Amino acid sequence: MDRFSWSNGLLEINETLVIQQRGVRLYDGDDKAKLDVGVALLSTHRLIWRDVKNHECCIAMPLSQILLFEELAAGLGKSAKIVIHLQETTVNKEPGPYQNSKYSFIKLSFKEHGQIEFHRRLTEEMTQKRWENTPVSQPISAGTSSQAGRTRAVGIVGIERKIEEKRKETDKNICEAFEDLSKLMVKAKEMVELSRSIANKIKDKQGDISEDETIRFKSYLLSMGIANPVTRDTYGTGTHYHMQLAKQLGDMLQAPLEERGGMMALTEVYCLVNRARGMELLSPEDLVNACKMFESLKLPLRLRVFDSGVMVVQLQSHSEEEMIASALDNVTDKGSLTAEEFAKLLGLSVLLSKERLLLAEKVGHLCRDDSVEGLRFYPNLFSTA
Amino acid sequence: MSFEWPWQYNFPPFFTLQPNADTRQKQLAAWCSLALSYCRHHKLYTLDVMEAQESPVFNNKKIERKLSMEAIQVVFEQLSKKGNLEWLDKNKSRCLVMWRRPEEWGKLIYQWISKNGMVNSVFTLYELANGDDTEGEEFHSLEEWMLLRSLQALQTDGKAEIITMDDGKGVKFF
Repeated sequence: MDRFSWSNGLLEINETLVIQQRGVRLYDGDDKAKLDVGVALLSTHRLIWRDVKNHECCIAMPLSQILLFEELAAGLGKSAKIVIHLQETTVNKEPGPYQNSKYSFIKLSFKEHGQIEFHRRLTEEMTQKRWENTPVSQPISAGTSSQAGRTRAVGIVGIERKIEEKRKETDKNICEAFEDLSKLMVKAKEMVELSRSIANKIKDKQGDISEDETIRFKSYLLSMGIANPVTRDTYGTGTHYHMQLAKQLGDMLQAPLEERGGMMALTEVYCLVNRARGMELLSPEDLVNACKMFESLKLPLRLRVFDSGVMVVQLQSHSEEEMIASALDNVTDKGSLTAEEFAKLLGLSVLLSKERLLLAEKVGHLCRDDSVEGLRFYPNLFSTA
Repeated sequence: MSFEWPWQYNFPPFFTLQPNADTRQKQLAAWCSLALSYCRHHKLYTLDVMEAQESPVFNNKKIERKLSMEAIQVVFEQLSKKGNLEWLDKNKSRCLVMWRRPEEWGKLIYQWISKNGMVNSVFTLYELANGDDTEGEEFHSLEEWMLLRSLQALQTDGKAEIITMDDGKGVKFF
């Protein structure tokens, strides 16, 4: 019964009445509906029922909701009935007399006969499916009157209504689109789960897996990225997700950072992390947010923003003083250095080596020579002399 | 006696305006002293900004560095702040360089006057700057405007009075 929604009993423009029958009582499944006896109307689009006394009480249901139906012959003290099996309710249904029902079928009880003709016409309509050929795509429901009004409305009101309609449509589309996405996420989680369980089995050497197969499977897993990536789905959005991500980054970046002298540009980190993740790619924004959490999580890494706006991830042990001292040492050693030469000397990126030189300049240990030959840094003899 | 360049003159960063405030301050101080001592050595009293860029002071051909126009302006502004430079026009294209400020010149002249016991005597400006007596003195061949400025400084101290004579100006020392 919950498939029915309130209606004004008026027909749509493309809708035509097929048959109507007095003296019909509705059953919600096996239970008598809390409605009186009324008139059952069958149109090309809907099954409508109207209370015999109170004409305001009118409910309708699109025919597209009907899965199948069958006739129940009359018995002793029982009227003939038509049992109609229905589809699942649509999510955003218009309100009706029943908000939910445990039954997925309804019965029409014919007190004053006519069920044979009604059944025949219903069969016809269900085979012809005329509701599909009309421009009204949405299930016709209590909104009929307003929809009829919509087509009539002109001027600004009409335009506004059109826009509103469009917006609703878009909303629906977006909802549907994201539904798919979340389904995909669930599936992806299962896949990760699966690969992890297989990986564990391999680790335990359970079953008769040969050495060769183990290696091959491991290479598959590797090509897919980390066996158990932290995703938004598993950890929700926002801070918690970023915290977990920050922890993962902390583990991941330790070794590469040490290799690179304790500092990496954020872009480099981004590439490295996403290459390792393979499938569950990180957005740059998430990465920055995760890096911002290093300090509060007491991880040995730090996100550092240079005056020029360049962001780097560096080891906490990698102190500024050391950086400046090493820059000064190198420059003093060579007499003068450009960022490129310094980068080559340290095996750093040019960008980072320049930041170090600028830092040393900022504290007054170095000074610059900006000529046509490029920017060179010298020990700050102005201050020492 | 040739001019002795300071060590900074052969230090390439000297020719780039330093962004670090402390460093820049020291750099500018060095520039000011170089510019003044150069002018003093060559007895220069006026400078043209455009020409200055080509002068050896701001253009070291040996290390192929020259101070940019903007940096020269900064140096000159610094000199003017210290009272060693005065602009001759609003566009700031020419300036007077006073490697000795008028008061300092005045003091030098007054010292010489009192040393030679010529207080209360009257001199023409020409006598002071180009006369045989002053030969060998630092203010010998001092440009007239500078001489006048230094005497004016003495006048405000009450040590001299400038008098207008038929063909030029004279001064009486007290």
